[in-house]
Amino acid sequence: MKLYDGGKILIGLVIFIAFAAFPFYFNIGKVNAKPEPKLDTPVILQMPEQERKCVEPKAFMRTEHMQLLNNWRDSVVRDGYRQYVSEASGKHFNMSLQNECMRCHANKKKFCDECHNYMAVKPYCWDCHIAPKEDDRS
Amino acid sequence: MSIDRRQFLKIAGISSLLGIGATAASATHNVWIKGIEPPQVEPGKEALTAEHWAMVVDMSKFKTEEDIKKAVSACHTTHNVPDFGNIKDEIKWIWKEKYESAFPDQENPYMEEKIKEMPFIVLCNHCENPACVRVCPTQATFKRKQDGIVMMDMHRCIGCRFCMAACPYGARSFNYRDPRPFIKNENKEYPTRTKGVVEKCTFCTERLAVGKIPACVEAAPKGGLIFGDLADRNSEIRKIVETRYTIRRKAELGTGPSVYYLIGGNEHA
Repeated sequence: MKLYDGGKILIGLVIFIAFAAFPFYFNIGKVNAKPEPKLDTPVILQMPEQERKCVEPKAFMRTEHMQLLNNWRDSVVRDGYRQYVSEASGKHFNMSLQNECMRCHANKKKFCDECHNYMAVKPYCWDCHIAPKEDDRS
Repeated sequence: MSIDRRQFLKIAGISSLLGIGATAASATHNVWIKGIEPPQVEPGKEALTAEHWAMVVDMSKFKTEEDIKKAVSACHTTHNVPDFGNIKDEIKWIWKEKYESAFPDQENPYMEEKIKEMPFIVLCNHCENPACVRVCPTQATFKRKQDGIVMMDMHRCIGCRFCMAACPYGARSFNYRDPRPFIKNENKEYPTRTKGVVEKCTFCTERLAVGKIPACVEAAPKGGLIFGDLADRNSEIRKIVETRYTIRRKAELGTGPSVYYLIGGNEHA
């Protein structure tokens, strides 16, 4: 079997593959960098080691925080209940993203956005809720 | 091997039973999907509660327009209400209104000039039978069962503006533009709104929840705005409404407004 215009075809193929694979080699090492939400805000660091706990256990918060926030919103806005009793610790929390969550996690960029950007999710929380002021030192 | 009808029914019966069991078991794990209820949540210890929150506006206490402005600006700064500087986009929770606009049904050509020219303070009437709630297709606006406040759930509002058409008091405003750049001093403890939602007075539910009276009541001249539980026979507001002549805005429409106006003032009462 003979390949007519073999040279041109091969050059064309190489150029095509180089183009098509561009996103892959351009992003080598970048995209695979895991998101690492930071927990080093001053408020958190000031807490004693044992009390450094979120509303519910870390694993739960990681997977279910959106569901928790959704329920908080319904509870506060629709039922008028504003205090949340933690299932894990029995502690009371004010159900408020803006005033309670962000009191500790004042680093929205390094805490919220870190994972949300990686997962390409765009929650619209901050269209209305006011994010804490952050200095850009980090 | 083929199965006969009898075997098929047995298998189908057993598997559907298992299916029901499985959904029941998973339901207990999915408490988060269904929502949270007491005792997981509480109203908060200091919260002010009532069966029917209502307000009396004593017009004799509002001597100048300055008095009204104080109440209005207290509300608007607390709730991050933007000021666009033009009347077309205006957003208002509580505002000043002329008598003829506030009480068009009480028209009388020979009325006392003083009353005709008095600046009235008006806000959402938190109706007992709110028209806005009836028309809202998403239940974004609803009447709270526990205290009768007509609330807004901004997360649900789709901006259809049916409620604005339904409200006979013009108490609702639409965000035609992004309000954020037009808020002079942001209250960091209260959210703003976004473009495309309707907003209005909420009788300061967020303040009642921590034991404070509404911002306008606090800022108005003493006794100008009286806030309380209309269902409580011993409350100040109930006594005023029972013993003195008050009027409500467009009460003939049957909405049952919860804001009462004392107009005669002290000298006529």
